[in-house]
Amino acid sequence: MLSVAGLHLWRGERHVLRGVSFTAEPGQCVLLTGKNGAGKTTLLRAIAGLLDPEEGQVQWRGAAARANRDEFHSEVAYLGHEPPLKGDLTGRENLHYSIGIRRTLSPDEIDAALARTGARDFADRAVRTLSAGQRRRVALAGVLLTEALLWLLDEPTTNLDADGQQLVATLIEEQLARSGIVVAAVHHSLALAEGRLTQLELGAR
Amino acid sequence: MKTNPLEVARLVAARDLRLAFRKPSQLLQPLMFFMIVATLFPLTLTPEMSRLRDAAPGVLWVGALLSSLLALEFLFRDDAQDGTLEQFALSGQSLTWMLFAKTCVHWLLTGLPLALSAPIAAMTLGVPGSAMWSVVASLALGGFALSLIGAISAGLTLGARRGGVLLSLLTLPLAVPILVYGANATQLAIAGEAIGPPMYLLGAIAVLGVTLAPLAAAAAVRIGLE
Repeated sequence: MLSVAGLHLWRGERHVLRGVSFTAEPGQCVLLTGKNGAGKTTLLRAIAGLLDPEEGQVQWRGAAARANRDEFHSEVAYLGHEPPLKGDLTGRENLHYSIGIRRTLSPDEIDAALARTGARDFADRAVRTLSAGQRRRVALAGVLLTEALLWLLDEPTTNLDADGQQLVATLIEEQLARSGIVVAAVHHSLALAEGRLTQLELGAR
Repeated sequence: MKTNPLEVARLVAARDLRLAFRKPSQLLQPLMFFMIVATLFPLTLTPEMSRLRDAAPGVLWVGALLSSLLALEFLFRDDAQDGTLEQFALSGQSLTWMLFAKTCVHWLLTGLPLALSAPIAAMTLGVPGSAMWSVVASLALGGFALSLIGAISAGLTLGARRGGVLLSLLTLPLAVPILVYGANATQLAIAGEAIGPPMYLLGAIAVLGVTLAPLAAAAAVRIGLE
């Protein structure tokens, strides 16, 4: 369903991605590992379509993702290093606006997602007053609300405590159980069932 | 269910309006700049109203252009820094449409207040009361066109260090026709003549901006996000 074939990408003089290829089917999680600078974030951004690779192709449902960009993106949830939240809005407002532009959603759905990620208690505070871990939990609620089939997660456990890290693993398991696909860049292994995992180590340059 | 385009525009606009009113300093800065330039000018040039009146179109329009450049720096910058633009680009919705909504709100929050406050500045420059409506209308229309053109530059300078300087350099040549026709409209209004021709030209630039600028801005933002 997701196919990455022969991806080459340069950042300036650096050849960051050197022919990266993999496929992922529904219910499968691909963990991208590697040292700092190995190209994990670059690969995730290239899959998402935020970076244009010099060579290679990302295919989704058998067609080039770039050719059907809007359709592809409506099935993708991307969570980068920094949670995409506005500091002057509350967590709830952030989700209302940022996920609301993708799909119609009710306050109850937002509430349920916030509760699922343990963010309901601080969802009505301005995001700038939240800790990094709390922001991450609000952002994870956003990922859930997208109802996207493909999750692209960059260091999803960053700033989270042990409970939070377990929560991420559980959310990923649930996404896989729904026949979703998860591609995650990680520094630390996640407690996931082995059968669904594929590990792809990217080399540092 | 996928959100319809009108609701998308409403949400983008509502979010920007809410943010603006929670952080009003960014809104007031360009307006204050315009008022200071326009009201200090009479103190330094001459106390003669007739001479001030002659200079008024230039002062008002150069002030409006410069303050609009100040405001343009904020158009996409915060959204790019906090990842909002990335989420826009990955939302599966039309980035062009969302940026158009953002640009309209930007004009509503900066260009329109500037046009509405222009009579105060114009009074200090000896502009007759009969010309005020024309001054407001021309600045409102010209300001809208400036916001649209500036959106392209704001998109192009997203990834640039010291983007503000580059933004000014990119916007100024494109803004010259607006400056010329806008100042001409104000001049004609002060002289008590019909302002139709320059207003039609400003309108044509605005229509061209509505048609092309959001597309160009979206393409520029996508490049800037890379």
